[in-house]
Amino acid sequence: MATTITKVDKLVGKRIRRKEDPRLITGTATYVEDITRPDMQHAVIVRSPHGAARIKGIDISKAAALPGVTAVFIGKDITGVGSVVCAADLPGLRRPVHHILAQSRVYLVGHPVAVVVACNRYIAADAADLVEVDYEVTQAVTDPEKALAPGAPAVHPEWPDNKAFVYHQTGGDIDKAFADADVIVRQRIVSQRLVPNAMETRGVVAEWLQAERSLTMYTSTQIPHLARTILAGQLGIDENRFRLVAPEVGGGFGSKLNVYAEEALMGFITMKTGKPVKWIESRRENFLCTIHGRGHVDYFEIAAKKDGAILGLRLKLIQDLGAFHQLLTPAIPTLSVLMMPGLYNFRNIDADVIGVFTNCVPTDAYRGAGRPEATHGIERMVDMLAAELKMDPAVIRFKNFVQPDQFPFPTATGLNYDSGDYGATLQKAMDLIGYDDLRKQQAEARAAGRLMGIGISTYGELCAFGPSPATPAGGWESATVKIEPTGKVTVLTGTSPHGQGQETSFAQIAADELGVPMDDIIVLHGDTSIVQYGIGTFGSRNTAVGGPALYYALQDLKEKIRKFGRMLLEADDVVFENGVCTDPKTGKEVSIQTIAGAAYRALKLPPDTDPGLVATKFWEPSNFAFPFGAHIVVSEVDRDTGEIAIKRYMAVDDIGNQLNPLLVDGQLHGGAAQGLGQALWEHGIYDDNGQLVTGEFMDYVMPRARMMPWIESSHTVTPSPVNPLGVKGVGEAGTIGSTPAMVNSVVDALSPLGIRHVDMPLTPEKVWKIVNGATA
Amino acid sequence: MRKKGTGVNFAGFAKFVPVLFLPLPPHLLNTKPPHSDILSKYQKPAQNYMTQPISVTINGVSHTHQVEPRLLLIHYLREVVGLTGSHIGCETSLCGACTVEVNGKAIKSCSMFAVQANGATILTIEGLTSSDGKHHPVQEAFWNEHALQCGFCTPGMIMVSKQIIERNPAPTDTEIREGLDGNLCRCTGYQHIVNAVRTAKAGA
Repeated sequence: MATTITKVDKLVGKRIRRKEDPRLITGTATYVEDITRPDMQHAVIVRSPHGAARIKGIDISKAAALPGVTAVFIGKDITGVGSVVCAADLPGLRRPVHHILAQSRVYLVGHPVAVVVACNRYIAADAADLVEVDYEVTQAVTDPEKALAPGAPAVHPEWPDNKAFVYHQTGGDIDKAFADADVIVRQRIVSQRLVPNAMETRGVVAEWLQAERSLTMYTSTQIPHLARTILAGQLGIDENRFRLVAPEVGGGFGSKLNVYAEEALMGFITMKTGKPVKWIESRRENFLCTIHGRGHVDYFEIAAKKDGAILGLRLKLIQDLGAFHQLLTPAIPTLSVLMMPGLYNFRNIDADVIGVFTNCVPTDAYRGAGRPEATHGIERMVDMLAAELKMDPAVIRFKNFVQPDQFPFPTATGLNYDSGDYGATLQKAMDLIGYDDLRKQQAEARAAGRLMGIGISTYGELCAFGPSPATPAGGWESATVKIEPTGKVTVLTGTSPHGQGQETSFAQIAADELGVPMDDIIVLHGDTSIVQYGIGTFGSRNTAVGGPALYYALQDLKEKIRKFGRMLLEADDVVFENGVCTDPKTGKEVSIQTIAGAAYRALKLPPDTDPGLVATKFWEPSNFAFPFGAHIVVSEVDRDTGEIAIKRYMAVDDIGNQLNPLLVDGQLHGGAAQGLGQALWEHGIYDDNGQLVTGEFMDYVMPRARMMPWIESSHTVTPSPVNPLGVKGVGEAGTIGSTPAMVNSVVDALSPLGIRHVDMPLTPEKVWKIVNGATA
Repeated sequence: MRKKGTGVNFAGFAKFVPVLFLPLPPHLLNTKPPHSDILSKYQKPAQNYMTQPISVTINGVSHTHQVEPRLLLIHYLREVVGLTGSHIGCETSLCGACTVEVNGKAIKSCSMFAVQANGATILTIEGLTSSDGKHHPVQEAFWNEHALQCGFCTPGMIMVSKQIIERNPAPTDTEIREGLDGNLCRCTGYQHIVNAVRTAKAGA
């Protein structure tokens, strides 16, 4: 039964290809849309075509009469179902009730008005076309600054000023900082709305079993346990009779860190009809109805001395919230405030945040969530300050960095940066790309009339979410390790990876600790009926919070293994290494597989020891972790077309220790692609009527292979002291670092024309107008 | 002197950061489901839509079905034949997740009706792996180079990559990127996919 294994090399830190890939490269993985149930019905949702309107009437008779239709529900049918939950709170926050189907009004294009349930998706779609809704269109407002203007249309009539909250935070003495300043630079900076666009849209399969009062729901989510708790409340069912499964999830990027109306709606439908039901979001719906990211208008003022020493930063942040609060909507801009000082050593900040309702889909966490906006802001302001003082942008950064001997560094915003050497990453990036030489090339290019730019961003990131008191729903994470009687190992993680690769990296940790081959380990996640409660995957937390939970569970298990080892070897003490307990006196050995068999057979047990080899750990972090890095982009602007060519892209990131550098590279490349997408191409544009003009892949420019530069990357390693693995988190780093580096590069290219700032995205049309307007 | 330590000072922190607010309204549904009321109102059998026969060979196996003329090929493959490896990312031919081979050419199967494939030979991602479990060199290269994360675009990416190297055994990186241009990936930034195609050609 039990076989003795040979000792293995340490796996943590190695580039190891993923355990999850065989099912994904063969087309045998199971995403929500791949799931069918007997007699399963298909739901199609009828949505508002207007940004703002009163519903005067809904006629479902034609739809209901279509053969094959099982049911049609409208707003009045769902009064027993709880509204969509927002888990964030702020003082004085106005909370509009967000029903899962519209009641008397619609507040955005895409607002669900009715749902048609039929025996197949084509008939459901046919029937949805037959639902007749009589709207009285009212005036919409989609621009957050216009929404704040007196006399603007009210998104929610009960709050005519359209303000959801006003939030103020200050640190140090901002008035003194500005009074002492030699130079003050001001700029309005927009971080435009972005559409997350996971390649798999959302989808739900729900099945109610009346006899057991049990609900099973497959949904494409990043937070299966939190979603179950919230949906059980909305549906009024017992959480323990509710199995929620995140099967294979085709990307999230924060857009699935949420609990949506459609999830509760499918629960309602299966409970009402007694039939399983499936809803798969179309791409058009994904654009209109899944959360967007960013949506800031920021007014920055930075104060500094003549020598470039930064004294303070003021920010007025106008957050476009959309029409409702999704799970974390109002909390996202507060993360921007926390990270507004960036990596710089100044202690005076002042931030005013105004959350504004608009007739748009809610904004919420999209990769980086508040921190890209903050980083883009401070990194643009530092560049503008350097230009004002005629300093090199690298020099001004070195001058202001928090120094290595200042850690842990308490910021003016209440954070405590864990560890770092910010100058080292920037110096390394400059050395690798040949910064000084590039500046010479730039001077030659400029002399020849060419628009070449070099852009730097040095970013810091608040991640590894996080200590529970600082997160909206608990910030700990959980792990269970089960060594089966044959010595095979099952890891259950409370995180919910969907591409990040923890089935591999967590197996590396377990293999090293237990001394078994990686192939003997499987990592399960995402099924609330299998895995102990967990928080989920977001905020670069899988490895940095889920990893330590696993590590400590393994330590508990190793202690138990040693107890069995002492008993079986009749030794006073044993050493457990490479999967074998050894008595150092006699040299006698017993393998983990033999111990596992003995622990379950339980003929004899060590004193005060229970049978079995299972350990569970819930781990609470003491702080966030703070990765950082330096990205440098070399670009050239074509005067005739406004097109931007990215000549070089250098990324030096410090994410602490790396479990699997192959996966780290993948995270950074993908993050950089999304960050460059924001800098250059992507923009969720609403017109004044509330129509999302860039509402399809035809209009919304996603980065494609041809558009992406080759990313040169390297690392420095500053272990985090916050967790035993020394990891910091890598999920969002690329997104945060890339955007300001790209924009700084293009602004640098355009600076001979007198340009000091350009708002994103830097489309050829926009750049061409700038170039030709400036030179005309 | 600043106090050294890695913990957050929560006293100062709490006022800045939103705290747990999970209202869980006990809106109890009527636990007696009025299924019969709901269903009796509807539940007329679906009418017989006009269908026509098609015969196709998919991954070496012959299939014959009666299908509606409006049925998309991707829906036919996934829901009628049961091959769910090809994915639907947009249904508008812009993302490429549904890419399959029809008569030897990579096509986006959302942009074609099933009836248009009548008589065709189709290869899907499920047909790339040999019966003894051996991966196609492109599949193996995607695995080796970490050319996928969430995996949703991957079947389409692999099918189009196979075509790239079949048409051009020694593509440059630029040619690889041009070949991949019809397929969207949101996870990888494409760099590892480019590596995979480059190394797959060597292994093929």
